[in-house]
Amino acid sequence: MGMTVVEKILARASGQTSVKAGDVLEPRVDLAMSHENAALVINQFLEIYKETGKDARVWDPSRVAIVFDHRVPAESAKTATNQKKVREFVARHMISKFHDIRGDRGGICHQVLPESGYVLPGAVVVGTDSHTTSHGALGAFAFGIGATEMASVWTLGFAVNVEVPATIKVEVTGEFAPMVGPKDLILHLIGTISAQGANFRAIEFHGETIRRMPTSGRLVICNMSVEAGATAGIVPADDETLRYLREEAGVANPPAPVQPDPDATYVQVVKIDVSTLTPQIACPHTVDNVKPIAEVVGTKVHQIVIGSCTNGRLDDIAAAAGILRGKKVSENTRMLVFPASSRVYQRALDAGYITDLVKAGAVVMNPGCGPCLGVHEGALGDGETALSTTNRNFKGRMGNPTGAVYLCSPAVAAASAVEGVITDPRKGA
Amino acid sequence: MAKVVYTIENDISTDVIYPGRFMATVLPSETPAFAFADDATFNGMLKAKQVPPGSVLVAGENFGCGSSREQAVSTLKGHELLIIARSVARIFMQNAVNLGLNLVVAPGFEAAQGDEVEVRGEEVVNVTTGKKFPIEKLPRARQAIVDAGGLIAYTRKRMAEQASAPAGRG
Ligand code: SF4
Repeated sequence: MGMTVVEKILARASGQTSVKAGDVLEPRVDLAMSHENAALVINQFLEIYKETGKDARVWDPSRVAIVFDHRVPAESAKTATNQKKVREFVARHMISKFHDIRGDRGGICHQVLPESGYVLPGAVVVGTDSHTTSHGALGAFAFGIGATEMASVWTLGFAVNVEVPATIKVEVTGEFAPMVGPKDLILHLIGTISAQGANFRAIEFHGETIRRMPTSGRLVICNMSVEAGATAGIVPADDETLRYLREEAGVANPPAPVQPDPDATYVQVVKIDVSTLTPQIACPHTVDNVKPIAEVVGTKVHQIVIGSCTNGRLDDIAAAAGILRGKKVSENTRMLVFPASSRVYQRALDAGYITDLVKAGAVVMNPGCGPCLGVHEGALGDGETALSTTNRNFKGRMGNPTGAVYLCSPAVAAASAVEGVITDPRKGA
Repeated sequence: MAKVVYTIENDISTDVIYPGRFMATVLPSETPAFAFADDATFNGMLKAKQVPPGSVLVAGENFGCGSSREQAVSTLKGHELLIIARSVARIFMQNAVNLGLNLVVAPGFEAAQGDEVEVRGEEVVNVTTGKKFPIEKLPRARQAIVDAGGLIAYTRKRMAEQASAPAGRG
């Protein structure tokens, strides 16, 4: 029987010739990623070894990645102390893929991993972060796990109970209209299948639109697959993946892409033609509360945010700079931009985008998660509204349970910054 | 029999169960203080110790959606709550199994605050209304972790097996 991409990856990683949805496997892990929550992973890891009489040892330090991003630089003594403990652990266990708070190679884990060439097609990637689904953009099977499960992976080198997810096939055709792109596509999909429409399932993306999409866009759709509940989102690797790996991630000899069999079994097929798609907005307080922009145009926003593991990449910042160049952020709002990584930041500097944004009145913050999860910078005031290119609008997400968050593309965010209200970027285009 | 102390709607995210701004607190001994921190009513009840161990929190669909933060599980476990949800997001479910949270998934379950409920074998009964709801069985592999007493104990067991049979992991 034919296999999906996820089935093929899991079969290989478990030493089986054939697997199917529902099978329970113990795939070996190629890459195990954590961020600040490595502090809890370490705690649980040492707990496992307690009473065993053995020295705690990570199974393969070269396969462990730790990236500080959620609260950088530390916002409190508590966080700083957690980070300090993680640093000590990293040194003791000789973990090589460590990205500390640095201006040359720091950033958000879901940008740092791909751009550093750590994620390869066909790999099994686990991360103590739900948006680990991002890495499916490179044809890997990548999913989020909890801290205790990560401690178990650090110990054993494999994940103890992975149920092969059934796969939903999403076939995308058509050409995006100007000012419409991957973010609008994924918001539309989540709005269509709902926030739990893919729970316990994988989403495989196909179609001419996906084939033409650069890796940066594929990262957007795989990143937000988890907002439909998906275990993983995956774009089967192709020539674009190999180009990205060679040219942008410094991988000289990337492995051959894994493709699904033509007779693979899918639990559901969703077809989307993007040629008529308009900018999409996820309204408070659930990500699947998605509306075409026309229904919310004119909504007043107090804070505009561009950044995150969803839309903080170079093309996102370029899109925003293109719209804001020579214009001003409205006096009635404030605009925060946080590049997804130090490398993105440097390239945006070199290209002059940062100057464009700052001159327009935006505040450019250091790379990291920034206001996305409301623990650090950029909290909302009581009753305030944000328009953000991030991926979650849950109550309290931006640090204030009385605040409201609308999610959108970088083009919508930038056009709205000029007006101070939600604005269709196609207006006057 | 146990009493329903609180009910919540669909799509309750981990940001609601355990807001991001408390994420620097990681130890299971310290997380319970911040359970539903932005829900003044429920957090207040928990803090005032009005919720005896074994009390029931009834959740809707897609409970625990969002982040992988394990604090969202340890904070509830710390209060020794029984969670009955109509459906649960995957990572939350896995974390619940790994940490041994008392969690029951019963599609269509209905109960109001104050109702008495009871888990009887493969169903959960709302004793107050007399209605019965089948419990969704845990996937096979997850049951093994529950039986071992959580993932830490299960991993220790697997380590011992690895040591005695270095060639394979079955
Ligand atoms: S940018 Fe936001 S969603 Fe992405 S990893 Fe950071 S906190 Fe999570």
